[in-house]
Amino acid sequence: MKCEEVSKELIAYLDRRANSAERHDVEEHLAACAECRTRAEEFRKLWSVLEEVPMLEPSLGFNARVRQRVADEPRRKWFWWFVPQPRLALSMALLLALSVWIARMPYTPAMASEDEDFNAIKDLGVLENYDVLTKFDALSELPQAPVAQPETPANDSQAPDDNGGM
Amino acid sequence: MTRSDVQLMLDVKEGDDASFDLLLQRYRTPLVNFLFRMVRDVATAEDLAQEVFLRVYRARKQYSPTAKFTTWLFRIATNLALNSVRDNRHRMMEVSIDVPADEDQAPVELPSREMRIDEHMAERDRTQFIRRAVASLPEKQRAAVLLHKYEEMDYGEIARVLDCSESALKSLLFRAYETLRVELAPLVSQTPLQRAGEGRPL
Repeated sequence: MKCEEVSKELIAYLDRRANSAERHDVEEHLAACAECRTRAEEFRKLWSVLEEVPMLEPSLGFNARVRQRVADEPRRKWFWWFVPQPRLALSMALLLALSVWIARMPYTPAMASEDEDFNAIKDLGVLENYDVLTKFDALSELPQAPVAQPETPANDSQAPDDNGGM
Repeated sequence: MTRSDVQLMLDVKEGDDASFDLLLQRYRTPLVNFLFRMVRDVATAEDLAQEVFLRVYRARKQYSPTAKFTTWLFRIATNLALNSVRDNRHRMMEVSIDVPADEDQAPVELPSREMRIDEHMAERDRTQFIRRAVASLPEKQRAAVLLHKYEEMDYGEIARVLDCSESALKSLLFRAYETLRVELAPLVSQTPLQRAGEGRPL
């Protein structure tokens, strides 16, 4: 094992986290390499030096400030109960938007069947029959209002037209 | 019986704020220390630590115990610290560009390594000397050392916090400790006898 290769495993070896194979390789190299042996020894001392740095204690009001910031968090609205997951909410919104878009598309009926075509055009002949159209008088279907009969019978053809006489 | 971090967090998820207080009590000191060593300012470190707890609280409903709680906690802390350090560096650069050079003011010169060591030795401020050496590491190396040395996390956990492979982490740690070994050589090479002769407290 070369010095460069050892360097990668040296820290794990020193803090006893290397596996047995790695440990064996490093020990073998350290036994043969004075420079790496010195480095390993100085790493151990370095760690002792780093432990000299005292820990800071958070200030007295630290917990109170955290609690205050938590309390200042905006509370959820009542309808949040219906929205358990933001992703679900997004999916629902997209689904709703898609539904609205489909509903607003112009309606194009499907091709009618042969029977429906026949039913639709079977009465067209009536519309093309001149006699039926000219004699069709919807008003004649209405009940006749009682009309005072003139004393002198008049010719039907000379009787004043309702519209014209009014 | 002491409840685990994961159990406490699951209780917080169910609306138990007392469990959040327990987590706060358990991790406030490690977090503030980690952040202080990252940003080198007590007030900023406390602000960032509060922000970490606030983010944990905000995310309580989405919490699922897929990883160790500390991995999640220190990942949030590391990201906040790195952003803070970068923002601060950016602000410092803006100030140095915007402020016109004062002719009366002597140019700032970085002291040589020997001068720094002499100065610190003269002041007998080992702690400050060590802190500065750690603070002078590149941010990711610094975070790796702090999580490894002070939080005693295993390699897998640190790698997840720093978002790198374990192999990359081992190289990162080696480079960081090698830099510190050189920077702190006067302290590292001191024998216990030499230290006792100085007659100063640790």
